[in-house]
Amino acid sequence: MSLAEMPVGLAAVPRRQRGALARQLRSELRLVFGRRRNLILLGALGAIPLAIGIAVKVSPPGGQGDGGPMFLNRITDSGLFLVLTALFITLNLFLPVVVGIIAADTVAGEAQIGTLRYLLGVPVRRGRLLVVKGAGIAAYAFAAVATIAIVAAIAGISLFGAGSFTLLGGQTVSVGEGLLRILGVSTYVWLSLSGLLAVGLLISTLTEVPMGAMAGTLGFAVLSLVLDSIPSLHAIQPGLISHYWQSFGTLIRVGPDYAALGKHLLLQVVYVAIAGGLAWARFSDADVTS
Amino acid sequence: MTVLLEGEEAPAEADTSHPLVIETHGLTKRFRSGQVAVDHIDLEVERGAVYGFLGPNGSGKTTTIRMLLGLIRPTEGTVRLLDDPMPQRAAQALPKVGALVEGPAFHPYLSGWSNLERLDRMDETADPRTHQERLEKALARVGLSAASGKKFRQYSLGMKQRLGIAAALLQPRELLILDEPTNGLDPQGTREVRNLIRELSADGLTVLVSSHLLAEVEQVCTHVGIMSVGRLVVQGTLEDLRRGGETTITVTTSKPDAARATLVKLGLSDVTVGQDEVHAPLGDVTPESVTIALVEAGVPVRGLAATRPALEDLFVDITGEGFDVAR
Repeated sequence: MSLAEMPVGLAAVPRRQRGALARQLRSELRLVFGRRRNLILLGALGAIPLAIGIAVKVSPPGGQGDGGPMFLNRITDSGLFLVLTALFITLNLFLPVVVGIIAADTVAGEAQIGTLRYLLGVPVRRGRLLVVKGAGIAAYAFAAVATIAIVAAIAGISLFGAGSFTLLGGQTVSVGEGLLRILGVSTYVWLSLSGLLAVGLLISTLTEVPMGAMAGTLGFAVLSLVLDSIPSLHAIQPGLISHYWQSFGTLIRVGPDYAALGKHLLLQVVYVAIAGGLAWARFSDADVTS
Repeated sequence: MTVLLEGEEAPAEADTSHPLVIETHGLTKRFRSGQVAVDHIDLEVERGAVYGFLGPNGSGKTTTIRMLLGLIRPTEGTVRLLDDPMPQRAAQALPKVGALVEGPAFHPYLSGWSNLERLDRMDETADPRTHQERLEKALARVGLSAASGKKFRQYSLGMKQRLGIAAALLQPRELLILDEPTNGLDPQGTREVRNLIRELSADGLTVLVSSHLLAEVEQVCTHVGIMSVGRLVVQGTLEDLRRGGETTITVTTSKPDAARATLVKLGLSDVTVGQDEVHAPLGDVTPESVTIALVEAGVPVRGLAATRPALEDLFVDITGEGFDVAR
């Protein structure tokens, strides 16, 4: 093959192929869920409801009432309450930690090992990369909440039976409706994390050190939880990212307060918009020197 | 001989419509620290060239390459890559460019295959129907087919480097940018990379290959640009550069003083006298006329040599230091 036979510049003009976004999303999911550490984290999250269930079985909590905020002494009535207890306990610490780890990995992790420069050289457009990365962590957060809920439901029912699902307020509903409400709670918990996911993505674009991004995201969540617990700060508390995290309990009341839930989800949308916008502003123009 | 070479060069300049595949004007990068990594360079890479982008470590080669690819924004100046302004039209230009930048980087816990798969799936212009075939071809081209199932973490340095080149070859390209492609390779691997560059160049690709080791790329380059402390100090064809060095005549003789007198009479200056040797830059004088003059003057000549400086020495002159830091 001599130079003379070859037309110079023979590469065809590259065209965007159909279904590219779907392939990119699948690739990101494989990356996130193909990593052993991420699966171990899911396993650890699944172990939490299991541990709670066994603890309650071994030493059932006494007392009456509606079970308190953690629904602990309702578990013996219906195993489904284990889902609520597990989500309640993980939402204040484990879930933000896990979300922080995964979000930190998105951009900072790729920057640290150098794959970011090759992704951008492929090229993957920077805005598209943020969208794909955001979708990846959202999917992981979904898997995290689902793992907790499913393990809790299975463990709860097998340890305590489905029993009678009594709503807060005293009305007893069918197991089917109980499951439906728990599905609503899980979805709400997942969506509650979206603001923190976006903040994690933003912090991840600011550094090449995933540990730093993880600490930053977790710090943000902890700061919000701390500020939310100081009574004199009630004026700013409705704007805190974690303020309504625990309000999922209303979904198992006789008449759920949908307005409060809506307000909370709107707050998450605002966080996603601001953090996502800042992430785009930062990343679209950033020098990639890693 | 000189005249002949210049005559040969003329037609080569006149044939292409987009003669420049890479073109920068006043390209400058000043980092936030105030350090000027790249200082007003006008890089010009012609279509079909194998451009050796040379310079010591830290002379600004990688920063320049990152600006070419749109990874870093220039502080000043412009970049045109395949006629597209960068970084504005990165999405149009980059699919036609394969690049290896500052060493290979892949996910350590994924196999070589999965890593290429990842890059190919993220490429919006990659045709999913030919996915498998393209991966197989790219891996075969760098001799990694057998090791494609192994985790990247377990690859040797040379295998990692080759996987990086395979990634650059996933799609048909017009331009390859290879930053230090021979880093970490043994002499055999280095030779393979050189052969690969030759093959790709014969296929019509333009190649920009950076190196701090002149000897590793000299044999394959048609053009050379040399960076020193952020500036592009020399740029041109390898032939031009070779010609730039002055030829020295060395006369080995038992009567160096007589030889010296003869050379001076011929009009040579800067004649230095050694033990039984005389050196002088030739200038316009031909070695033949020196021989005749020496014989006519009755100077006993044991040996006579007209030598051009090695390219390596030229580089050292230009950059003020050796290329191989380890040497």
